[in-house]
Amino acid sequence: MNSNKTSGQKLLGFLAANSVPIMFILIIALCIPVVGFSPTFLLNEIVTRLSRNAFLILSLLIPIMAGMGLNFGMTLGAMAAEIALIFTSDWQIWGIPGIVLAMILSIPISAALGVLCGRILNAARGREMITSYIISFFMNGVYQLVVLYMMGSIIPIIHNNIKLPRGYGVRSSVDLTRIRKCLDNLVAVNIAGVRIPVLTILIIVAMCLVIVWFRRTKLGQDMRAVGQDMEVARAAGIDVERTRLISIVISTVLAGIGMVIYLQNMGDMATYSSHSQIGMFCIAALLVGGASVDKASIGNVFLGVILFHTMFILAPSAGAKITGNEVIGEYFRVFVSYGVITVALIMYETKKRREKAGIGQQLAAAQKEEGK
Amino acid sequence: MSELNKTGAPAADKVREALREFGLPRLIIAAFLLLMFIIAPFTGTNLLSQITNVINRFSWNAVLVLAMVPMVHSGCGLNFGLPVGIIAGLLGATLSIEWGFSGPLSFLMAMLIATPFAIVFGLAYGWLLNKIKGGEMMIATYVGFSVVSFFCMMWLVLPYKKPDMAWGFEGTGLRTTFPIDKYYGGVLSNFLRIQIGKLVIPTGALLFFALLAFLIWAFLHTKTGTAMTAVGSNPVFARAAGIDVDKIRMLSVVMSTWLAAIGILVYEQGFGFVQLYNAPFNMALPAVSAILIGGATANKASITNVVIGTILFQGIVTMTPTVMNGLINLDISEVLRMVVSNGMILYALTRKTEATR
Repeated sequence: MNSNKTSGQKLLGFLAANSVPIMFILIIALCIPVVGFSPTFLLNEIVTRLSRNAFLILSLLIPIMAGMGLNFGMTLGAMAAEIALIFTSDWQIWGIPGIVLAMILSIPISAALGVLCGRILNAARGREMITSYIISFFMNGVYQLVVLYMMGSIIPIIHNNIKLPRGYGVRSSVDLTRIRKCLDNLVAVNIAGVRIPVLTILIIVAMCLVIVWFRRTKLGQDMRAVGQDMEVARAAGIDVERTRLISIVISTVLAGIGMVIYLQNMGDMATYSSHSQIGMFCIAALLVGGASVDKASIGNVFLGVILFHTMFILAPSAGAKITGNEVIGEYFRVFVSYGVITVALIMYETKKRREKAGIGQQLAAAQKEEGK
Repeated sequence: MSELNKTGAPAADKVREALREFGLPRLIIAAFLLLMFIIAPFTGTNLLSQITNVINRFSWNAVLVLAMVPMVHSGCGLNFGLPVGIIAGLLGATLSIEWGFSGPLSFLMAMLIATPFAIVFGLAYGWLLNKIKGGEMMIATYVGFSVVSFFCMMWLVLPYKKPDMAWGFEGTGLRTTFPIDKYYGGVLSNFLRIQIGKLVIPTGALLFFALLAFLIWAFLHTKTGTAMTAVGSNPVFARAAGIDVDKIRMLSVVMSTWLAAIGILVYEQGFGFVQLYNAPFNMALPAVSAILIGGATANKASITNVVIGTILFQGIVTMTPTVMNGLINLDISEVLRMVVSNGMILYALTRKTEATR
């Protein structure tokens, strides 16, 4: 069939397969002249946001590989990172040591949370996404219980500038000025006015290489098998539950490390809200890059960050210029984030149904053949 | 419960079965609420005013919880897309006020105006849910979010002029929150209100809920209603019996959406304010967990579940802050609410019987 396709059909197929990124490129192409930012400013912003977000988004790839869909539970890793950063700030370990320590501290917390999340998701097979989404809300409650009530009363917090005036609980904002951009600025170069945080980008590239390598390991292959078909994988002797659990643990741990990178770039941590939207924005960015619920590549991550965040930078100013109201642009970008996720979910489900129907028809046809 | 009676098992087994059916989380929540009521008088809080609070909040929220029932019955799962209906209700509310209706008439008009919106939204939403059978809950969540964030822009752009709702000086867009005393605030709650000392019963609102609940109950016992239950419990069987599954599902979504639209109007008349923009984002999860606490599952729900669930959920929400405050001078109600409500949803999602549908 493929060989019969004309070039026009091929083009249509390409457009249909990449409709989301293409739509974004169009929106951005329309917005850039309207807003009139200088290229240097825009490039600077994009590079900053790329180095800030890419690692977090990479954490989403492995559960997708294992067929568990978009891991809304990555928020758990973000919470672990925040708890780690609260401790390092309290112990006043700053700079690179602080960042490294926060990463190390976050790992056991996010691994434990990942195990919990993975267990629950194994019990809710077939509805992983909605479950991981609810888990993130549930754990947000537990996180608040720990940070707002236990820290300072049960868990020792030394310094008063972190505690609330009432004596326990952490303030709504933790100052990270002294680790701000430590990682980004350690090795950084200026090219034509664009500041490039070489070290952070190197870490991200290294992570990409690890993911590429991981896909080829036994475990990686197992995950892909589980993602393809759980029953077949089970028949082949793969411990499906364990493999799925591991994929979620890896994802959560990576999200924790990614969150430390994210927050050291921001230089300020909103204790009770930094994590709440992070999952949504990361997932939206990945989908904008052309990923789907069951297929995502490293290329999708980078294209997604660039397109999504360019839109993010442009939308408020574009909204202000076009309608005279900056708030509209802000609502617009939230709408686009949700809209992209909705469209991706719908496309995934319709595809899944069509495939199921296709298999059913094949089976029916095969049975007919046998009947003759 | 009706199934239990049919089985005719020995009494001990029946009790055990009933307990299993009731579920441990529900038992804990009910026991917790009971404990709250027992402790309350010792912490210096007035029990009667507490009960009034619970009844009041029940009357605001019950219809929103009722909006879950039709969709659960037809197998569309828990309606995380509740905001779609809420938006229809908000359109009804704002347009009714904009067009100059006031007093009880504005409530009636808000319901009338919301209805066509709810039907249109429900048809579109139902059509979509028919395309993606099996993935309803996740998509419903995000359809709800998309619609709410789209209307965030619309509230700013649409040419509303009424000074009670619109931003005064700029003249563009609606306010985030505005009072509706002049319109339909308390229109149901104050109707036939009974006051005995500190105990206040918003009879009108309760009667209104009872009416809607009765209508839904009656509907579920009609031929179409039975078909809806059949579709929910076994779509393959239902199709074999000659039921148009897609049409029935569509009908259930339209009903849920309409109930959500009416539900938000009832909520507003009790609360006394209309909340726009981001407010509808957070309305689906409490309603979902309320019906689950009441004993519903992802594919079975009754009016009893709605009543029990709303009382338990609202009871915890209103009782914990006062009791906790009186007891240990610590308000962890918000955290508790988050853990309880989302924990309940998680419990329902992970139950084996429902995971394999």
